[in-house]
Amino acid sequence: MLSVSNINVWYGAIHAIKDISFEVNDGEVVALIGANGAGKSTSLKTLSGLLRTRTGSIEFMGEDITHMPAEKIVEHGLVHVPEGRRIFQQMTVEENLDMGAYTQPRDTIAGNLERVYAHFPRLKERRRQVAGTLSGGEQQMLAMGRGLMANPKLLMLDEPSMGLAPILVEQIFEIIQALHEAGTTILLVEQNAQAALSIANRGYVMETGRITLTGTGQELLHNDDVRKAYLGG
Amino acid sequence: MEFLANLINGMSLGSVYAIIALGYTMVYGIAKMLNFAHGDVIMVGAYICFCAVSYLGLPAIAGVALSVVGCTVLGIVVERLAYKPLRNAPSLNVLITAIGVSYFLQNAALLIMGSDPKSFSSVISLPALRLFDGALTISATAVLTILACVAIMVALTMFTGKTKMGKAMRACSEDRDAAQLMGINVNSTISMVFAIGSGLAAIAGVLMCLAYPTIMPTTGSMPGIKAFTAAVLGGIGSIPGAALGGILLGVIEIFARAYISTQLADAVVFGVLIVILLIRPAGLLGKPVHEKV
Repeated sequence: MLSVSNINVWYGAIHAIKDISFEVNDGEVVALIGANGAGKSTSLKTLSGLLRTRTGSIEFMGEDITHMPAEKIVEHGLVHVPEGRRIFQQMTVEENLDMGAYTQPRDTIAGNLERVYAHFPRLKERRRQVAGTLSGGEQQMLAMGRGLMANPKLLMLDEPSMGLAPILVEQIFEIIQALHEAGTTILLVEQNAQAALSIANRGYVMETGRITLTGTGQELLHNDDVRKAYLGG
Repeated sequence: MEFLANLINGMSLGSVYAIIALGYTMVYGIAKMLNFAHGDVIMVGAYICFCAVSYLGLPAIAGVALSVVGCTVLGIVVERLAYKPLRNAPSLNVLITAIGVSYFLQNAALLIMGSDPKSFSSVISLPALRLFDGALTISATAVLTILACVAIMVALTMFTGKTKMGKAMRACSEDRDAAQLMGINVNSTISMVFAIGSGLAAIAGVLMCLAYPTIMPTTGSMPGIKAFTAAVLGGIGSIPGAALGGILLGVIEIFARAYISTQLADAVVFGVLIVILLIRPAGLLGKPVHEKV
């Protein structure tokens, strides 16, 4: 479904992504784990078109999207829920969800909205509330709901558990699993390697801009190097 | 009665500032830049209307329409040629470019129209209204200006609150990258904002010349700076803030001129700005910037 080959990305003078390649197949949950600064978020930003690779290519659903503008990539169904949620703080919950559906035909929006509210009943309760007043967990739900409004074929989630209380982290991962079971393919970037790998079909470990290890979720969970580096021994 | 007349005149002048300030504030909101050439678009708008009516012999309303169209196109072209290439440049570069565009427009006007002031009164003249048996005289221009400002505010509020494009505009203002991830074309949204702002500047230019009927190549600078002040006063980036700041500034200016000193009026206006910014650095309706991590 998504195939990334040999991309190199610079942030100004910093060589942030060094010749990485990976792929996501239809129906999978793929986890991208690694420490702060390993290049996980940079990879997602490159996939969604916010950053550009200097080499290699990115192919999505059989189409070359390497040079496609970000707004077109969304239309193709590759949807990025960014790190730090980045919801529109001054808009209401429902306006945020409307923005998520920006590329969608008008007659499908109401149905999508119901689907999102089914996953996140809290958002329905608060749909007239200004998004900036939501709690951290609710903001994360809104960010994910907003991503779902674009009808993603592949949903990329960047650190969905960041800054949340353990109980909320659990809830967010349950929702990710539910989304997966409902047929959404997911590329998950996480520092919470334990939680991410336990729901992932496959995973990639990133270190300073390179992919250093790959395997199924279970393999990586039980890999000694991964345990030492990311799972606290 | 004199107080009332001053108040109405102040609101009328303030309405012009408000309409100009809307352009500043919307452009700042979305492109995070101070478009110091905005004031000169007013001047271009006034000249277009003047030329259409006195040289081409068109009716006044057609002159206004032509002026709005001309400035809208000018706004889009200036954005595309001068600002878009600098989208990711440091803000100082963009600011200097805007000042450059301002000088360019002024000198282009000087070249084409000459340095002698043109009299706008020959273009459109409206009668004065006498109320209370002649005790209160207000110009129809003042009333028209205030009504135009109200109509523009209502239209903009509906546009940004209800329409898909308007909401996309707000989304871009808040977070450009996130807006792109929604599938919003940021470049065309910015273009649209420049178009709206410049179209409004054209209307402001015509309205201003109805009240102060001479046009020169530098006609736009002072009202441009005052409107910028108004936008900052109201909280730059905020649309209601621009309206409030503009009207407040106009009323203060006229009152200062009537009751304090004609010469000190501008000093009073900018003094008020300084005091308000000391108390509320984000402006009257501006939101203090804080980030939730």
